[in-house]
Amino acid sequence: MTNKRIILFAGHYGSGKTNIAVNYAIKLKREGFPVLIADLDIVNPYFRTKDSERELSEKGIELICSEFANTNLDIPSLPKDMYRAVNDKRYRAVMDIGGDDAGAVALGRFAPFIREEGDYEMVFVANFFRPLTRKAEEAFEVMKEIEAASSLRFTSIVNNSNLGEATDGEDVISTFSEAEKLSELSGLPLLFTSCEKKLYEQLKKSGKEIFPLELQSKLF
Amino acid sequence: MAEKVLMKGNEAIAEAAILAGCRHYFGYPITPQTEIAAYMAKKMPKIGGCFLQAESEVAAINMVYGVAGTGKRVMTSSSSPGISLKAEGLSYIAGSDLPALVVNVQRGGPGLGGIQPSQSDYFQATKGGGHGDFKMIVLAPSSVQEMADLTIKGFDLAEKYRMTSMILADGTMGQMMEPVSLEEPEINEYDKSWAVTGTKCERKKNIINSLSLVPEELERLNFERYDRYKTVEENEVMFEEYMMDDAEICVAAFGIAARVAKNAINAARKEGIKVGLIRPITLWPFPNAAFRKAADKVDCFISVELSMGQMIEDIRLASECKKPVYLCNRVGGMIPSPELVLESIKSHSKGGTK
Repeated sequence: MTNKRIILFAGHYGSGKTNIAVNYAIKLKREGFPVLIADLDIVNPYFRTKDSERELSEKGIELICSEFANTNLDIPSLPKDMYRAVNDKRYRAVMDIGGDDAGAVALGRFAPFIREEGDYEMVFVANFFRPLTRKAEEAFEVMKEIEAASSLRFTSIVNNSNLGEATDGEDVISTFSEAEKLSELSGLPLLFTSCEKKLYEQLKKSGKEIFPLELQSKLF
Repeated sequence: MAEKVLMKGNEAIAEAAILAGCRHYFGYPITPQTEIAAYMAKKMPKIGGCFLQAESEVAAINMVYGVAGTGKRVMTSSSSPGISLKAEGLSYIAGSDLPALVVNVQRGGPGLGGIQPSQSDYFQATKGGGHGDFKMIVLAPSSVQEMADLTIKGFDLAEKYRMTSMILADGTMGQMMEPVSLEEPEINEYDKSWAVTGTKCERKKNIINSLSLVPEELERLNFERYDRYKTVEENEVMFEEYMMDDAEICVAAFGIAARVAKNAINAARKEGIKVGLIRPITLWPFPNAAFRKAADKVDCFISVELSMGQMIEDIRLASECKKPVYLCNRVGGMIPSPELVLESIKSHSKGGTK
């Protein structure tokens, strides 16, 4: 884990950034920090941080996201108080970045503040079951594209390899070697491996740092 | 079995199209289907295919018309307002008897409507989709795996019958992620002696056209086309029945609505209500026989739709109005909840309030 004030989750779209960001914000809150979560996704029309709005607010976590998220207004926009995410130093800030380089462009606006403060962890979320990032080399390409688009360098990697609800422990274990390879290629440490809560006990035995995730319930 | 990957519905359509041998994609971005174009843009150049973002939906469908005339597998994708723009091209493709695959990841309407999911283009898809007498084969996937499988199937049917196959999905199906396994399918070879491929001065030239100068000729083409449609209706109906054996209530739903309906049916069964589901997979040809058969057994039908009630008309026709057909719906980008469907099932079951 990390003690940095700002933690940013970026990666290929569909890698699970939002789920990790929401869970990480809840973890920080439990540890007693004042926490805000910022949704910088300007790409995805559905399945956003805002879906967890009620849970976040019940837990006392501040959500900063586009006022048009989950509405019919199809416009890439960020609210003005997004600057608080990087400038309000009373908070631990969790930033959920949009997918791929296209989504990470929005981060560029805030990168100078983040770099200047210098107290951040920028995490690449990898899911090696996504068709365009099956291999470490492909994921590494996406990493470089995101760095170029956001003007920020990654500092660590999270292995969030999953097949949705159907994931079993062996699926996750089968991606360990790819995650290690990505760590070698990029020269960055593996911060943790994340998985659905029910797989935690099984995967803990691997000796790796495991971050269990509570997933949003599905209606269909 | 191929290894599984985690895909968005939109990506599954794109990857399946590539596996089915499609190397020509023309489109224009619109939420909630843009991932199809984005995936094609990334992948097509790497495999020697053509991805082209056209200047408009009208241009894109006419590019499809052009490539279809050469007998190559070709597709476009859009969402509701964009499909309306393509209507003219869809009619020309039908009038020229060409195979093509068109994807509609529906959003709320009418007009510009919204970007959230909907099924309100059912009439547009199943009753023609443009001017003139014509049909499209309309496939309604209900999982990400089916998004892929029906795309492959759609290409095959389009070539087999020389007509357009339309994947009628909705925003949720396009955006949701599920594991899928994808394999290169066996591709059936159909006669393409009609294609415009260059005569090399060795054969009579082929002409792709939807204009007939003589009315008798145009009439003949229409009759012949509808003979072909009759064969499709006889041979290509697909549907799923769920818990219909002892059902007293038949829920009808496709796509995302069918997933919600199944959850509601499972809950109703726990309360002892005998309810089942007919899920049309082909919306045209519609599973008429299944509904006609069910009409003799059940007390009523409930059509669960993300529209103001469109499929409900086909259920009434198919069941010959033998039993009442009720509507349970949400619109405007909203999805019926399992609770709402359960409530509807309860209210129409024996001893219910209605």
